[in-house]
Amino acid sequence: MSDTAERPARPVPVEVDRVIIRFAGDSGDGMQLTGDRFTSVSALVGNDLATLPEFPAEIRAPAGTLAGVSAFQIHISDHEITTPGDAPQVLVAMNPAALKSELHRLVPGGAVIVNTDTFDERSLTKAGYAENPLESGALDGYRVYEVPMTQLTKDAAAPFGVKPRDADRSKNFFALGLVSWMYTRPVEGTLAWIEKRFASKPLVRDSNVAAFKAGFAFGETAELFDHPYSVRPAVQAPGTYTNITGNTALAWGLIAAATQAKLPLFLGGYPITPASDILHELSKHKNFGVRTLQAEDEIAGIGAALGAAFGGHLAVTTTSGPGVALKGETMGLAVSLELPLVIIDIQRGGPSTGLPTKTEASDLLMAMYGRHGESPLPIVAAKSPSHCFEVAIEAARIALKYRTPVVLLSDGYIANGSEPWRLPDVADLPDISVPFTTEPNHVDAKGEADFWPYLRDPDTLARPWAVPGTPGLMHRIGGIEKEDGSGNISYDPANHERMVRLRAARIAGIADDIPLVELTGDVDDAELLVLGWGSTWGAIDGGVNRVRARGRRIAHAHLVHLNPFPADLGDVLRGYPRVVVPEMNLGQLSKMVRAEYLVDARPITKVQGAPFTSGELEQAFLDHLGGLVP
Amino acid sequence: MTTVDLPSPTTRKDWSSDQEVRWCPGCGDYSILAAVQMLMPELAVRREDTVFISGIGCAARFPYYMNTYGMHTIHGRAPAIATGLALARPDLDVWVVAGDGDALSIGGNHLIHALRRNVNLTILIFNNQIYGLTKGQYSPTSEVGKVTKSTPFGSLDHPFNPVSLALGAEATFVARTHDMDRNHMLDTLRQAHAHKGSAVVEIYQNCNVFNDGAFEKVTGKESRADMLIPLVHGEPIRFGADGERCVVADPDGRLRITTVAEAGEERVLVHDASRDDPGLAFALSRLARGPYEPTPIGVFRSVARAEYVEESTRQLDAAMAQKGPGDLAGLLRSGASWDIA
Repeated sequence: MSDTAERPARPVPVEVDRVIIRFAGDSGDGMQLTGDRFTSVSALVGNDLATLPEFPAEIRAPAGTLAGVSAFQIHISDHEITTPGDAPQVLVAMNPAALKSELHRLVPGGAVIVNTDTFDERSLTKAGYAENPLESGALDGYRVYEVPMTQLTKDAAAPFGVKPRDADRSKNFFALGLVSWMYTRPVEGTLAWIEKRFASKPLVRDSNVAAFKAGFAFGETAELFDHPYSVRPAVQAPGTYTNITGNTALAWGLIAAATQAKLPLFLGGYPITPASDILHELSKHKNFGVRTLQAEDEIAGIGAALGAAFGGHLAVTTTSGPGVALKGETMGLAVSLELPLVIIDIQRGGPSTGLPTKTEASDLLMAMYGRHGESPLPIVAAKSPSHCFEVAIEAARIALKYRTPVVLLSDGYIANGSEPWRLPDVADLPDISVPFTTEPNHVDAKGEADFWPYLRDPDTLARPWAVPGTPGLMHRIGGIEKEDGSGNISYDPANHERMVRLRAARIAGIADDIPLVELTGDVDDAELLVLGWGSTWGAIDGGVNRVRARGRRIAHAHLVHLNPFPADLGDVLRGYPRVVVPEMNLGQLSKMVRAEYLVDARPITKVQGAPFTSGELEQAFLDHLGGLVP
Repeated sequence: MTTVDLPSPTTRKDWSSDQEVRWCPGCGDYSILAAVQMLMPELAVRREDTVFISGIGCAARFPYYMNTYGMHTIHGRAPAIATGLALARPDLDVWVVAGDGDALSIGGNHLIHALRRNVNLTILIFNNQIYGLTKGQYSPTSEVGKVTKSTPFGSLDHPFNPVSLALGAEATFVARTHDMDRNHMLDTLRQAHAHKGSAVVEIYQNCNVFNDGAFEKVTGKESRADMLIPLVHGEPIRFGADGERCVVADPDGRLRITTVAEAGEERVLVHDASRDDPGLAFALSRLARGPYEPTPIGVFRSVARAEYVEESTRQLDAAMAQKGPGDLAGLLRSGASWDIA
C-alpha cells in the first residue's frame, strides 16, 4: 500500500461568500492579538471586512470568570460589507467562561471550537457551569470541535526547549493557526509578523511559531473537519488599500489636516479609554512637526491646546465623555476667544465612569449644549473607522476657517474596529489653509493704524487670527465679554446681545458651507426615512438593504454635520411619511430634529455597550413599516 | 557682515496699553504693574514677542494693561494654557500672572506640573492672602483663624507657604519679593526673567480693601530692616538696621536666627541659591511661619535643569534628522497595504 492511498486526498476548500468568526477567551489569552492577526491576513487576501473588539475594562480581570472574557469578532466577505456581522457562525472558545458568555451569540448550527484542556472542574465552576457542557448536551444543535489546544501547543513547543508553563501562553497562536487553515489564510504573513514582533525573545518566538504551525497542521490532519473554506477577495475599486482602525485613521487625518493647513499640529491630551491610541499614534510622528503633551489632567490638555491655537498651531485635544465634561469651561473660553480648536470625543458608555471599554453614542447633547451661556459650536461625527480620516480634516477645516472650537464625535466601536480603506491620493486632499492676519485692520481716532481683534470677515463672520510675534498687532483677548470690533472689555447690555447673536450666526452660517443631505435607498418614494449619525451607519445600511430586499421602500440619510445641520435637512425630513432615528442613546438626535423642525422623528434606541446589528434594525424598520409602532 | 537684529529701544510707555487700569485705588497691583512696565524696556525683548497669560481674579486683569499679546483666561488654568503656547512657540517670551487663589487653590495642579516640567515661563503669584474679586473670602494662603464672610468663626485651613510649595514641586527658580520695594522687585523679576525654565516669584501684595496691612509687619518702612531677611546669592544672610542679625545653621542642620555678635561672623550662613539640593532653600522658606516673623525675601533657589520646551524641540529635531520631514503619502502606506488593479 502506498502512502498516497493511505492518506485521504487533501480536501478542496468549499467557497463561501462570507463568514463571521468570534474569538473568545480569558483577558490574558491574547484574543485581541489573535483577532488582529486574522484581520490583517484577511485584509491582505483582499476580503472586505469589519471587526468588533470587545474587552473588559480591567487589564487582567479575575482569570476564568465571565467578567474576564475578551472577544474579537470579525466579518470577512467577498462583497462589500458595513458591519462586523450580526451573529457569528464560528465561535472559538478558549475556556468555559468564554463558551458560557459567548455561545448565545452563535447562529443555530454554528461551529464551536473549544479548547478542551481548560474544561476542568475548577474552570467550569468559575464559569458557573454545574455540568460540563461538552458532556451535558448543552451544545446540541451546534457543530462542536473539541481540541486539546493547550496540550498540543505544549507538545509542539517542547522540542524548542520551551517549558510547558511558558508554552501555555502560545495557545492563542494554535487557535489562530487552526482557524487560518479552516479559512485558507496564507501563513507567511503571520509567521513573518511573529518573527519580527518577538525577535528579541527567541523562546517566545519559537513557541508561537510552533503553536501556529501546529494549529494549522491540526486542521489539515486531524480529520475533525470535512474541508476548509475559502472566501474570495471582494471586488473593490482599484487602488491601494490598508486595514485601519478609527483611532489610527483619526490620528492620520489630523496629520493630514495639519499638512493641508500648512500648520504644525499640537495635541494636548490626557490618557483615557478609548481615546488614548490617538495620543499614542500622534506621539510617534514627531518628524511631521507634531507636538504632543500628555498633560496633568483633561483640563490642562485642552488648555495647552488652546494656548497653542493662540500661537498659530492646528490645536487638538482628544478624550472621551468624562474628559469632555472636565473640558467644558475651556471649551466655553474657546467659544469666547474664537480660536480654532478641535475637541475629539471618543464616546463610551456613561454616565460617570460608565462602561469605559464599551461603545455608546450618548454625548451628542453634551457636545451641543454642555456649556454655560449661549455657546454654540460646530459638531461633526464619523460614521466608520476609515471615515475618521476625512472627518478629522473636515473638523480642522471648519475650526480654522471660522475660528471656532469644533467637536468631533467618534465612539469606541469605530475607534477600535477596523475595515479596509482605499487610500486617498494626497494630491486630492483639500487645501484648508487660512492666512494669519499680519496688517492692521482699523484706523483709530487719531488716524493711526490699529488692530481690532474682533473686526469680522463679513462673509464668514470669523475674526482675524493674528498670532503673537506679529509686529504692530499686539492685542489682548479674554473670556470677559468683548466690545464688537475692538475686542475691548465691554459690559454694555446691547453689545452683549449683539455678540451673542454674532457668535450664533457665525456657527449657523456654516450650514451654507457643508454638503446637503445625502440620501440612499428609495429616495423618491420611501415609506420610511432612516436618519442616522455616527457609527450606526453600517448597521443602518445593512438593515435598510434587507428591508428593501423584502420589497419595502425605505431611504437612509446619514448626518456627518450635527451642528449646524445641512441646510435642507428640514425639507428632507418633511418629505417622508415617517422618520426613524436609530441611536446608541435614548434619542438625542431625534430630540434635536424634533426641536429644530417640528418633525415627528421616532427614536430607535440601544444602550447595551454594543452597536446595533443589521438584524435588529431590520426588525425595527419592519415594525415601523408594519404599523406595529404607533 | 552680519547684523544683530536687536529690538528697537522702548520706554515704559510703549509697554502700557490704552486701557484704563481698574484696580481699587491704593491696590498693591499698581506697583507691580509699574515695575513690570519699567523692567520690560531693559530686557531687550520685543513687545510682539511677549505674551502675558492670566487666569481669573484681580491680578488676572494684568494682561489688559500691557501693550503686548495677552490672554485673560479662566480660573486657575493660566499655567496650562501658557505651557501650550510656550511649547508651540519657543520663540516667545511667556509670562503668567496669577493671584494666590488662582495659582494655589483652583489652579494648584497646573502650577506644580508646570514647575516640575520646567517649562520656560515667568510666573508671578500676587499673594494678598485673600479673595479680592469675590469680595473677601479667605484664601489658601490666609492664616488659620481668618475671619471672613465665608468663615465668620475663623478659617480652619492651614495655609500654603508658596515658596515651600514651589520648592516641593521641583521648581528650578523660586523667589519672593513685595510691593513696597520697587528696586527689590525689579531685581527679582529681572533674575526670574533671565532664568531658563519655570521661574516662580511670590509677590507679597497688599489688598487694601479686604486684607489691608497683611504684610505690614514685615514690609512696612519702619519694621522692614528687622523683619525682612534679604537673600543674596554668595552673601552672608544678615539683616537688621546694621546687619547685626543673621541666620546660622545649627549642627543638627536646623536654621536659626541669631545675632552676628553671638554667632560670630564665620558662622553666618552664606546664601547659595545654586545648590542642587533644595533642602536649605526649603529650610529658609520655613524660617518664618507667616509674614509676622522675620521673613526671607529674594531668590531662594536658582538652578539649571533641562528645560521642557527645548527638550521637546530636541525630540522633534531628532525625529526629523532620523526619518526626514513627514511624508503624508508614505504615512498612509506605512501599515500593511495591498494594491487592487
